[in-house]
Amino acid sequence: MATVALQRRGRRRRPDAVFRNVSGGTAVLVLALVVAIAVFLVAKALPAFRTAGVGFFMERSWFPDASTPAFGVAALVWGTVMSSVLALAIAVPVAIGSALFVTELAPRRVGTWLGYALDLLAAVPSVVYGLWGVYFLVPRMIPMQRWLGTHLDVVPLFHNPDALYGRSIFAASVVLAIMILPITAAILREVFQQVPTADREAALALGATRWESIRMAVLPFSRSGVVGAVMLGLGRALGETIAIALVLAASYDVTLNVLKPGGNTIAANIALKFGESGALGREALIASGLVLFAITLVVNVAARGVVARSSRRRAGA
Amino acid sequence: MTALVARAPLRRPGLTRMHLAAIAAASVAATLALFALTPFAGRAGFVVTAFGMFVVAQTWASVVVEGHRHAVDRLATTLLASAVGVALLPLVAVLAFTVAKGASAISLDFLTHSMKGVGPLDTNGGVYHAIVGTLQQVAIAAAIAIPLGVLTAIHLVEYGRGRRLATVVRFVVDVMTGIPSIVAGLFVFAFWVLALRKGFSGLAAALSLSILMLPVVVRSCEEMLKLVPDSLREASYALGVPRWRTIVSVVLPAASSGITTGVMLAVARVTGETAPLLLTTFGFDAIKNDPFHGPQSAIPLYVFDQAQRPSDAAAARAWAAALTLIVIVLALYAAARLATRRNRLVRS
Repeated sequence: MATVALQRRGRRRRPDAVFRNVSGGTAVLVLALVVAIAVFLVAKALPAFRTAGVGFFMERSWFPDASTPAFGVAALVWGTVMSSVLALAIAVPVAIGSALFVTELAPRRVGTWLGYALDLLAAVPSVVYGLWGVYFLVPRMIPMQRWLGTHLDVVPLFHNPDALYGRSIFAASVVLAIMILPITAAILREVFQQVPTADREAALALGATRWESIRMAVLPFSRSGVVGAVMLGLGRALGETIAIALVLAASYDVTLNVLKPGGNTIAANIALKFGESGALGREALIASGLVLFAITLVVNVAARGVVARSSRRRAGA
Repeated sequence: MTALVARAPLRRPGLTRMHLAAIAAASVAATLALFALTPFAGRAGFVVTAFGMFVVAQTWASVVVEGHRHAVDRLATTLLASAVGVALLPLVAVLAFTVAKGASAISLDFLTHSMKGVGPLDTNGGVYHAIVGTLQQVAIAAAIAIPLGVLTAIHLVEYGRGRRLATVVRFVVDVMTGIPSIVAGLFVFAFWVLALRKGFSGLAAALSLSILMLPVVVRSCEEMLKLVPDSLREASYALGVPRWRTIVSVVLPAASSGITTGVMLAVARVTGETAPLLLTTFGFDAIKNDPFHGPQSAIPLYVFDQAQRPSDAAAARAWAAALTLIVIVLALYAAARLATRRNRLVRS
């Protein structure tokens, strides 16, 4: 706002100052809140870190309330990263494709309605996705998982010697992929819409087909925006809790085999273990939550950095 | 001379809709034949095979008639359109399955009774106590997050342009959007339940929900305030109206419908949250109208709890509650969209 408000001096300025300070105070409060989240998680996690030591990052099992407590996040971090990366691999091509179709190819009205429909995917609560995953998706995915396990056995991801199929990391990743699709697609739509119309029209005027204008004008312009959107989707996938807790048959394995029933993630483990945990158990869960907080923080800050840099470059261009 | 011009066509030959329809029909027919003669089977397999045949046949025909570049264009268009189909498929599947499963299990009794005294194998029991809990918790969360969020957005847009504090707050709000909901729940558990010794309660759940709402409210409100033209503010200043009155009586009313949309989307989002409730209100089987003392239930929590119980009656209750939850959340979304339609700032 370049305008400078000219005001009478004296009494009438007081409400202005009050209003300004109150709104500024809430802004500072938001900052304080994020600091408080970090401080209290660290404070309440310390006893668990002290008990487990460095082993907290090596140990796979989770028995914090046993007479000789043994617990660590190794298997949980593994499961979290595996399921999220696999979910990204499934969701990103679909998200890019649908965002491109909605912004570049569909007639404008159709595109708007398709956009609403894609956003509706985000409206479905995660517990409903979990329930749907257990009762609908997992049984229907067993033939597909068996096919992968028998025919693509040479790929380490699908090497499943037990030949048991069901509530695996792979099945959970498909549910996760569905859940991160709307947010990723929504950000991608914004990214693609920021490409100047002149760039597209220049390509079309030179005789390019629609696809050539996408490949040569739209995609190069939005490359870093796409990276940012994918990383924000990753952030979502890492923290997703309830759907995973319902779909996975929890176990504490570290294996490349994504078809084996079992596996667990940090967030799902917190949801499943919280009710039955004692004092140390809860502190251990807080400690694992702190690890999740740190991972998502790094991913999100990096993603925002990429997006911000791309829009700055755009503003300068 | 004229004859020469007329003989050279300006447009190259292309595939018409009739051609495409014929290719599609041929693909389906070929797939039917394949499934009748060979051991191929299954509805999903049929759709995938027919679609694959259509894509290959269309591309081949296009290469022959229209040339390589147009064939690639057609292929890309078809694949991008099918991506939308793949994306919308789960939406349809989730909604249809939930309605089918939930409609057979839901009843007036279910909506008006709690789980008090319901045994592990009983088929009665209901969701009333959870509906009460969800309404109270979301209302308290909104009462905390909306004023905080709107005031923060006002500071960012009206007072903070180009200032250090505003830049930092904007970045922190962005980061907050990415905080996993379970971490928000853990924080309230560590701070409110453990450190302040307040115990589990609906209020604790509301606090965790407000942490999740806050960044959404700030961001959407900020976007809307930015859309209010400066000329409106300047006109108000020209009339001698002080800055705070300008914000309250001119800027906020102009942005109100957009702010309403953002707020309702935030409310809809937290209504379906389960993870933080697990750690803050814990769940309770009887009706409790006091959100400030002791554990309370909530619909998402109820669905999660029932889904984990090993009985068919519990599964039916989970589906009925899931349907209730989806209806509430979608109603909030629809209301938010209606508010957008009245938004004059976006349309212009």
